[in-house]
Amino acid sequence: MADDPEIVWASAAAQARAVRAGEVTARALVDAYLARIAAHDGAIGAYLHVDADGARARADELDAARDRGEPLGPLAGVPVALKDVLVTAGLPTTASSKILAGWIPPYDGTAVARLKAAGAIVLGKTSCDEFAMGSANEHAAAGPVKNPWDVTRVPGGSSGGSAAATAAALCGASLGTDTGGSIRQPAAFCGVVGLKPTYGRVSRYGVIAYASSLDQVGPITRTVEDAALITEVIAGLDPRDATSIDAPAPALTRALGERVRGLRVGLPAEYFAGELDPEVRAAVDGAVELLRDAGAETVELSLPHTRYAMPAYYVIAPAEASSNLARYDGVRFGARAGGRGAGLLEMYRATRAAGFGAEAKRRIMLGTFALRSGYYDAYYKKAQQVRTLIARDFAEAFARCDVIASPVAPGPAWPIGAMASPVDEYLADVFTLACNLAGLPGMSVPCGFTRAGLPLGVQLIGKALDEATLIRAGRAIERGAAPALAERRPRP
Amino acid sequence: MPALSRDEVEQLALLARLRLDDDEVERMREDLGAILAHMDALAAVDTAGVEPMTHAVPMDLRPRADEVEPSLPQAVALRGAPDVADGAFQVPHIIDKAGR
Repeated sequence: MADDPEIVWASAAAQARAVRAGEVTARALVDAYLARIAAHDGAIGAYLHVDADGARARADELDAARDRGEPLGPLAGVPVALKDVLVTAGLPTTASSKILAGWIPPYDGTAVARLKAAGAIVLGKTSCDEFAMGSANEHAAAGPVKNPWDVTRVPGGSSGGSAAATAAALCGASLGTDTGGSIRQPAAFCGVVGLKPTYGRVSRYGVIAYASSLDQVGPITRTVEDAALITEVIAGLDPRDATSIDAPAPALTRALGERVRGLRVGLPAEYFAGELDPEVRAAVDGAVELLRDAGAETVELSLPHTRYAMPAYYVIAPAEASSNLARYDGVRFGARAGGRGAGLLEMYRATRAAGFGAEAKRRIMLGTFALRSGYYDAYYKKAQQVRTLIARDFAEAFARCDVIASPVAPGPAWPIGAMASPVDEYLADVFTLACNLAGLPGMSVPCGFTRAGLPLGVQLIGKALDEATLIRAGRAIERGAAPALAERRPRP
Repeated sequence: MPALSRDEVEQLALLARLRLDDDEVERMREDLGAILAHMDALAAVDTAGVEPMTHAVPMDLRPRADEVEPSLPQAVALRGAPDVADGAFQVPHIIDKAGR
């Protein structure tokens, strides 16, 4: 759109700098995005709920604070989109499920509260796979989200709405959640940056739980700098999440300026074998070459249990999901089906049958199976033992390298409806699952396009709590790839 | 793992507090069978003596000071509930008229 101010495509960091310097008002930024959402989101479907009045009011408050000379935060005036599993006070939160239709939470989750305190303005809530369970944003009550680079294709999942909104400049930046790749894979499919912090780095308080030992909140952004900035803002110990790590806040924006000379980049053989799309292979090789050009060394290595990540994940995550989703029973919140006459058990079953979609039901059933008496040792305990072996693989690898580089997914975004079966969709997660099982930080950075114009990403996996090295390597790739990627914008 | 029977799928659905119609039972039987066939690869991994990993980070629970803090007011906690009576969540009967 010729009328759009160029700043809607700028980084969140640049937007905040412009707001603080008085070069643009927060209100002008919010209005520009609201206009773009009205014009373009019909074709994409990224948003489930847009809080136009709330965003304008908050922008006016910020502009008034600036006029009074009050200090503004690091994300001052940046309009953000939030995945709909993030609980927001006063704003509908559904996790893309019919079972939570109409629910308005009474509180903000910690990541949301920290984003707001840093000056970010919530534009609205974005679609995702139901309860974050899916890899293409096709398992959403409101229907699939479209990829802004090609609206016949999926945006990836489960944080597909956040990735699509960020790529199409329908927000300044966004938050997603990542349990098995749900930030990194949609970021790659939509040509943006996605960072999954170390498990425990960001509080899960106010995050609708899918698989509690794997879930993590993180940013989806147009630049590596934004990923660093937002992670700094949302990270840190939270007394309300017993699994949040008591570690000093990561100095990620400082890592942006650090060079990669001498950095040891591990290339795991298992991630470059098999049915890897040749265009993905070429793009990832190109990104690794950029790191080498910048002075990094490469190290060939092996993560021998990689092939067991898919079966281990799809035992552990559904098992945890079947337990977490037990709370949706039509009693305390959300929808209820069935009359009073049939009794409590029948009310539970009717409510859950009507409220959950097909993939949510599949994972609840799978998890119930894996936890069932008599099968627990063969499936759940076995998967947790394999999880230990996968974590050990990484520990051994990180004795020889500082960061691991790999593809994010075996191919680019696929056409909507193309996955023939649930297993096919699960297999597409093959490169992102192990990172969550081991609790490590992972990032997806744009590194090219297919001949057909679909974005491709490279995955970087780091040591626990070493997001700084991901930012450092990601920035080097971004800097090197810029001449080839710059000025390419989706046109939904 | 042999394929699941329809009865087993219906038993699981009861445990999971779901209700599946006939078509869903059949589709679930096929889908779970295909998924579990992949899970069976785990059986080939030698895990003798390997500790199960329950969490990615060491979990040392931190006690907090035993101080009263504000919590959600009752009216707010009840606001999202589908059926409320006398300041409580209302549910269908649990015990029938004969007391069973």
